[in-house]
Amino acid sequence: MTNNLLEVRDLKTRFHTPEGVIHAVNGVSFDLPEGSTLAVVGESGCGKSVTMMSILRLIAIPPGEIASGSAVYCGVDLFKISESEMERDVRGKAIAMVFQDPMTSLNPVLTIGRQLTESLRVHLGMNPRQCQKRAVELLELVGIPEPVNRLHDYPHQYSGGMRQRVMIAMALSCSPSLLIADEPTTALDVTIQAQIVELVKSLREKVGLSIIWITHDLGVVAGLADRVVVMYSGFIVEEAGVDDIYEDPRHPYTIALLEALPRVDRRRGSSRLKAIHGAPPNLLVEPHGCPFAPRCEVAVEQCSVENPKLLQVNDGHKVACWVDVKTGAPR
Amino acid sequence: METSSKPVQIASLPLDELETPPLSLGQLTWRRFRRHKMAMFGAVTLLLLFAYSFGGALVLPESYANYADTSMRLTGPSAAHPFGTDTIGRDTLARTIYGGQISIIIGLLAVLIENLIGITVGALAGYYGGLVDSILMRITEAMLNIPEIFLLIVMAKFFGGKIPEILMFGRSFSGSVVVIVVIIGLTSWMYLARIVRAEFLSFKENEFVLAARATGTSNFEIIFRHILPNSIAPIIVSATLGVANAILAEAYISFLGLGVQPPTATWGNMLDGANNYLESAPWLWFFPGLLILLTVLSINFLGDGLRDALDPHSRAM
Repeated sequence: MTNNLLEVRDLKTRFHTPEGVIHAVNGVSFDLPEGSTLAVVGESGCGKSVTMMSILRLIAIPPGEIASGSAVYCGVDLFKISESEMERDVRGKAIAMVFQDPMTSLNPVLTIGRQLTESLRVHLGMNPRQCQKRAVELLELVGIPEPVNRLHDYPHQYSGGMRQRVMIAMALSCSPSLLIADEPTTALDVTIQAQIVELVKSLREKVGLSIIWITHDLGVVAGLADRVVVMYSGFIVEEAGVDDIYEDPRHPYTIALLEALPRVDRRRGSSRLKAIHGAPPNLLVEPHGCPFAPRCEVAVEQCSVENPKLLQVNDGHKVACWVDVKTGAPR
Repeated sequence: METSSKPVQIASLPLDELETPPLSLGQLTWRRFRRHKMAMFGAVTLLLLFAYSFGGALVLPESYANYADTSMRLTGPSAAHPFGTDTIGRDTLARTIYGGQISIIIGLLAVLIENLIGITVGALAGYYGGLVDSILMRITEAMLNIPEIFLLIVMAKFFGGKIPEILMFGRSFSGSVVVIVVIIGLTSWMYLARIVRAEFLSFKENEFVLAARATGTSNFEIIFRHILPNSIAPIIVSATLGVANAILAEAYISFLGLGVQPPTATWGNMLDGANNYLESAPWLWFFPGLLILLTVLSINFLGDGLRDALDPHSRAM
């Protein structure tokens, strides 16, 4: 059994807004074994990003609030240490994050080299010459041609794919042990997406990273992740190994997501892609009952009364559902 | 007729030569600035005024500017005194040269103080928001509510004459120069603070700030190394116009006799007393007045040009 690099328990994040309290994350727990890759999937607004930002304490407080829970990284609860420790030892050094939109994640008035060396300066206290050397290495690592010249360029002189490579290089600059990638391929076109996924895979082997990969694209996950967490409305509804998710999904939401995914191996003309009807629930309302029940095809009475707990159904496979989708019988 | 046309020969250059090197932000700004006629006029005039004040000092010594030849009181422009002489027989030309130095130095130093306070207050208020913002902005508004000229006069009266002569740049100044600089700086930072606050309010929501935080960058670094460079354009413009305003402010408190004390000349205090000789000795107010006018006008043109040139949304190349 490998050690867990990160253990998140019962994380609840709320936002206090003039309209009321938004229940963004409602008791999320998961483990990340060292050296593994975890994919977090779910539709927009289901709390994927907020969960990760809560772990790094990047939520603006107020209006945000981490109401309960713990995130233990290497034996340290990230919610208990001070902000300055967080800044000095965790963010960018132990845990790095790559954001969704490379077009806005780089500062337009600073050169690439300047931004790339920021954490080297802050965390490793390197002098300008060392910074320059390491920055060139990093750009080479992520496949930017002519790295020496391109250090002096501004972000607008880079293409979207190159900027995301720079973001990854920045994230990796201090050799973190955990990389959180928040939909890093969403803003890119398909060929560049594939390049970035390949890049991350090769880097994972080269530098030995653990990765949390947030996405709403189950297709990207298949070739990358070891385990998959499916989130819905701030809850984890299913957690399983990557093969189990595709071959033996147990939650109606996961099944619906997979049916909405175009696949080349499906028989031609067999069926239209299925859409999931309805909309995600209003997060302003304190959740009671299963959040997916109104959109669920197999919902039973119990579903709207009590929220099912995330329970083990198989070895390493957890589902939160009142119905066993295999048999159609209530659990 | 020759109908069989040869294919047009397209110049084939190696890729390296075809590629135009990308322009840096500075080069782009300079290109846009150069096209702004008024701004170029302002910049050139300012350079000339600098040359006049600081270069002129190499020709005429300061002792000459302060030397009162009572036999030559209120003489009009002549070969010996091209700008005429003042009420106690000092050479107006020499005094405009040395007065220009003081006026320009006051303008620059006052803006330095204005920027230090304005940027700090605005940045802290905009970045931290909440209580910090409320407190700092209430102070700013309180300062704005007091008429500036009134504040200037009160402070000038209170502090004036309490500071001894000082030596700087190899010259001795009346201590009142420092007082004026500080007073103008302290009474003019409020608009800048508001501009900077607004800039910070919008820039702090940018994703690159979040990305910077995620790499463990401290708030201090985010404020001064990430957000401030993004808001530099309005700050530069405000600073330019601030120099003009400071020179004017010095002129009118000196005109009221509360500013820089003689014998140290400034363009402002040269006007003090000239109002008694509006018609009989027009050279007393004409030359310093013209210099103030030219300086302020040029700086305003320059500020206009900089605003256009530094605006990233301006597509003009």
